[in-house]
Amino acid sequence: MNRETLANTVILAALAGIPVLAHLGGEPFVITLATRIAILGLAGVGLNLALGHGGLVSFGHAAFFGVGGYAMGVLASHAQAWTPLATWPVEIPGTNLMPVIWLTAILAAGLLSLVIAALSLRTRGVYFIMITLAFAQMAYYFAISWPAYGGEDGLSIYVRNRFPGLNTLDPIQFFAVCFTLLCLTLALMSRITGSRFGLLLQATRQNPARVEALGVQTYRIRLFAFVLSAMVTGLAGALYADLNRFVSPSMMSWQMSGELIVIVILGGVGRALGPVAGAGLYVLLENQLGGISDHWQIFLGAVLLWVVLFARGGVLGMLCDRRSADG
Amino acid sequence: MPVSLVIEQALNGLQFGVMIFLMAAGLTLIFGVMGLINLAHGSFFMTGAFACAATAAATGSFLLGLAASLAAAAAAGALVEVAVIRRLYARDHLDQVLATFALILIFSEGTRWLFGSFPLYLDVPQALARGVMLPGGIQYPLYRLVVIVVGLCVASGLWLLIHRTRLGMRIRAGESDREMIAALGVNIAGLYTAVFAIGAALAGLAGALVGALQSVQVGMGEPVLILAFVVIVIGGIGSIRGALIGSILVGLTDTLGRFLLPSAFGLFLDPSAATAFGSALASMLIYILMAVVLIFRPNGLFGVA
Repeated sequence: MNRETLANTVILAALAGIPVLAHLGGEPFVITLATRIAILGLAGVGLNLALGHGGLVSFGHAAFFGVGGYAMGVLASHAQAWTPLATWPVEIPGTNLMPVIWLTAILAAGLLSLVIAALSLRTRGVYFIMITLAFAQMAYYFAISWPAYGGEDGLSIYVRNRFPGLNTLDPIQFFAVCFTLLCLTLALMSRITGSRFGLLLQATRQNPARVEALGVQTYRIRLFAFVLSAMVTGLAGALYADLNRFVSPSMMSWQMSGELIVIVILGGVGRALGPVAGAGLYVLLENQLGGISDHWQIFLGAVLLWVVLFARGGVLGMLCDRRSADG
Repeated sequence: MPVSLVIEQALNGLQFGVMIFLMAAGLTLIFGVMGLINLAHGSFFMTGAFACAATAAATGSFLLGLAASLAAAAAAGALVEVAVIRRLYARDHLDQVLATFALILIFSEGTRWLFGSFPLYLDVPQALARGVMLPGGIQYPLYRLVVIVVGLCVASGLWLLIHRTRLGMRIRAGESDREMIAALGVNIAGLYTAVFAIGAALAGLAGALVGALQSVQVGMGEPVLILAFVVIVIGGIGSIRGALIGSILVGLTDTLGRFLLPSAFGLFLDPSAATAFGSALASMLIYILMAVVLIFRPNGLFGVA
């Protein structure tokens, strides 16, 4: 077992074990924190595919996170008001069934990302960063100025959505749902990164000209990676909105995009469990520093600067042998 | 609708565009010369606004406030360049994004710590706080006109600086070949600090000028920063001329879109739906403009491939 596998096992075991202990000890707040870590980690795992493996620095993933959130908000608000979502050509009712909401979130994020990626991938480097940011802002302003679903104030959902056979209002059961989804996605990601597509994506990041010379269209590889990445982030968005029972345009703000990047980088870019470690560190920092001072973001900024300037490779990069992840 | 109202809105759009230009010029200069993407540029905008508001409140002089905003933003820029940014030139864009994102957190939270979370107010200087009559019988605030003129003067000053002075020659040389100019004995580190400080000062000036039109508060810089990004994408990275044309295009599109679209939709929709549709579409208009430019010119209007 190399050091990264060991670290990955410890991270997952801690993330699964601590909420169970908290449940036995009657500390629901800790369970909520762990749920946040699992969900933000999931969003980061999505972003990591584009950013880490594909080298596509998207500063707009909050758009997909928010679209996932709104998929939940819109469906659930129609379900709680007993109004149909659409009446033409067929009547579509709202729903509060989690699997349906997840599927909708994934599809909606996938569709939006297809449009954004098709345009943005015409560019490279710093243009790409700015354009993904600008498209996310477009989604953000659209959410603010569209009054039907709460506009600037957002949408509240009174009861958490249902999952057949579970009581999702029980923190530990909702955590179990989120954690299971995280693990399934991690398993899927490990299959994807080891597949032909995953290797081509790595190669496209490292040397696009060579991949083109092999007869592979790098544009398609990048497009597919970006859309897949957005879908995972969209799923995380639906869960996040369900955790808070609230969705608002701030889920699509540029700060959210920044936070997602921070999570990926804190943990270690391109590493399977980097985003989960990053999310854990981020949520813990937020809580610990927030307890010390109202101005905790100054310290967060300082920690981030330190990580970028001196501790490249993130937490997992420091813990594990650097070379093991370069492949 | 009366033509005078349209002209007034067009002037507002021009004024808005000129302000975005002051931001975009610095960003594009910094990117062109140093290859650095600087998210913290909005923080210099905020620094300028706060410095101007605080100085104007203490001394009662708007001009002193403007001087303070230039000085504070340039100093903050130089300090940040020497302490942090300098280490980022050789890094990839991801590191630059993250480090400058961290700087935003530090700047915003630091400003909130110093000034509190309540917005400050900066009054339009007494001498300019009146309307003027434009040809055609249009009443327009003098301050906004002055802002337009100041912005255009800065734009031409910047053009002169870059094309007609020794510093400008070095900046252009640094853009095309940094090793060569260093080998010729130019202090490249000092040049970079100077360029960064100039960019920051421009952003600070924009912040101070805009501060008198809206409230001065933490986080005021980032929306303008993102608009400046849109402008740079439209105009082409590294091109000052592209930044100017892009800014005015974005300023006009945004202002006129917000003004005209709801009434345009009102021609065939009922009023409440027209307002909803119109304002939603208007808020997305500049991004649609950007997408269209991108489809036809992936490197922007004046960018080089």
